[in-house]
Amino acid sequence: MEPVLLRARGKADSRALATYLAAGGYEGLKKALAMTPEAVTQEVIASELRGRGGAGFPTGRKWTFVPKDHPGPRYLICNADESEPGTFKDRELIEHDPHMLLEGIAIASFAIKANTAYIYIRGEFVRWAQILETAIAEARERGLIGKNAMGSGYDVDIWVHRGAGAYICGEETALIESLEGKRGFPRLKPPFPAVVGVFGKPTVVNNVETLACVPHIITRGAAWFASIGRPRNTGPKMYCVSGHVARPGVYELPLGVTFREIIEKHCGGMRKGSTLKAFFPGGSSAPIMTAAEIDVRADFDACAEAGTMLGSGGVIVLDQSVDIVEAAANLAHFYAHESCGQCTPCREGSDWAMDILDRIAAGHGRAGDPDALLRICRFASQGMTICPLGDAFALPISSMVKKFRDEFDRRIAAASPLPQKKLPVLPWAGPRSGFGE
Amino acid sequence: MPTQPVVAASPAELKNLTFDAALEARIADVITHYPTKRAALLPVLWLCQERYGWIAPGVMEAVAVRLDESPAFVEGVVTFYTMYYTRPPARFVLQVCETLSCAVCGGRELVHHLEQRLGIRPGEKTADGEFQLVGVQCLGACGSAPVIQINDDYYESLTTATLDALLDELKGGA
Repeated sequence: MEPVLLRARGKADSRALATYLAAGGYEGLKKALAMTPEAVTQEVIASELRGRGGAGFPTGRKWTFVPKDHPGPRYLICNADESEPGTFKDRELIEHDPHMLLEGIAIASFAIKANTAYIYIRGEFVRWAQILETAIAEARERGLIGKNAMGSGYDVDIWVHRGAGAYICGEETALIESLEGKRGFPRLKPPFPAVVGVFGKPTVVNNVETLACVPHIITRGAAWFASIGRPRNTGPKMYCVSGHVARPGVYELPLGVTFREIIEKHCGGMRKGSTLKAFFPGGSSAPIMTAAEIDVRADFDACAEAGTMLGSGGVIVLDQSVDIVEAAANLAHFYAHESCGQCTPCREGSDWAMDILDRIAAGHGRAGDPDALLRICRFASQGMTICPLGDAFALPISSMVKKFRDEFDRRIAAASPLPQKKLPVLPWAGPRSGFGE
Repeated sequence: MPTQPVVAASPAELKNLTFDAALEARIADVITHYPTKRAALLPVLWLCQERYGWIAPGVMEAVAVRLDESPAFVEGVVTFYTMYYTRPPARFVLQVCETLSCAVCGGRELVHHLEQRLGIRPGEKTADGEFQLVGVQCLGACGSAPVIQINDDYYESLTTATLDALLDELKGGA
């Protein structure tokens, strides 16, 4: 497939506005500004573009949820928080082609009649936030965005807002809270952000990759976009492959390729001396897949059918040297660290699962541990928490216990009891302790 | 540009703090990006951390006064996020990614190596205040694991040898 989103990768001076304009940049925005916002939305609906951040919700439909009769203001937020383990596509896009993202943001803002857009970028991405600031300044100076964008009478301001290190802020309502200057505590839904979002106003939150697809849909048409991939799973997708493959990195491929093709053809197979043991198909929050499931198609519907999810497209490949118990403990540390602490099943569950997994990994597992893990995971998922972080830790850990139960059992069979802790206990003072006398 | 060291102001300097004109101008500008003053809290804290090296209690109070918030609210926000330093950091903060992709591709070895070389455990500073070792969660650069973020910069696809060279360079360049 000819590269669409990554077409600038490897080109000289790819970030510059002149380079982007020479490649036909901002034509989509020009075309969109001559259309009605409804027609732009309709085009995106027809393209069947689905959100690339993880949930795979149809983007055009999300835009239609903004109330028509709202007096405004409305807001568009570009989610560049990218903190799902195994995902590193947004950074690649921003690094090579920041203007593609800005054009997508401007078109999406126009479609939902927003005059202000924020790019919420994770705090660690200092350099990439600077790249965006530079690009915004360039585009504003040229009159492509800002007041009276491209002479159309439409105003759109884009601001970069840096987070400060919290995985939870990738969840859209937590992101909104964080943008408002608060702790990143997810909100209950409904009301959905499209109705009550940032600053209490209608807000659409879209992922970087989703927004970067929009200019191409407008310039080349929905039919062209829908011709890539499979029905209901259309368009190019950036797959991020990490772990024990020969050539890890970001690969742009049509939705619906198999994981075998991604790993064996594009990543050059496994590293020398490695054999595939398992992989996460869409970031660490997706249920793990075994080597036998490599022929599953990497798209939203096929992954859901296989009992997992495409998520953000972050494929983490693990070879035979990886101990699944240790991998589970590693992820449990991540989720216990990143749980915001609002909901008991997630806050306590992730911590408890981490303790159990650490204990098994240290060689002190007990016979009931795998079932206890499954019970904790069941209680943290399926709508027991405000946001999906409960599911995000429960799904991978429960799937690892279920699919690699023998590894857990082997560890536990060879385990020794936990050495007794000496707790400081006060000597029994008798019934007459002296209190209250 | 080589990685710039953090220059942390002393706690005494940050008591009864008032912002100087240059910082005040940047704060006033950032507030215009948002419809509420509160929304400028994270960016203003970033500006302060850039200026003073860390977010001391005095900085929280000054920020609270500037944005019409209570110091307690500001402290609640500062401590929720992991990237605001509430204690003076070392000149170079070595943030080693510990999450799965990095862990299985050599991240663990990097941590062991740094512990040996610097004689400190994660969370600690070297005695000369030069380096601080911190284990962090996924940095979003899994394709070039293992990754270390030093202050504002990413260093990717590291080995113990390239890491050693890097530390020598940072220390020498100071």
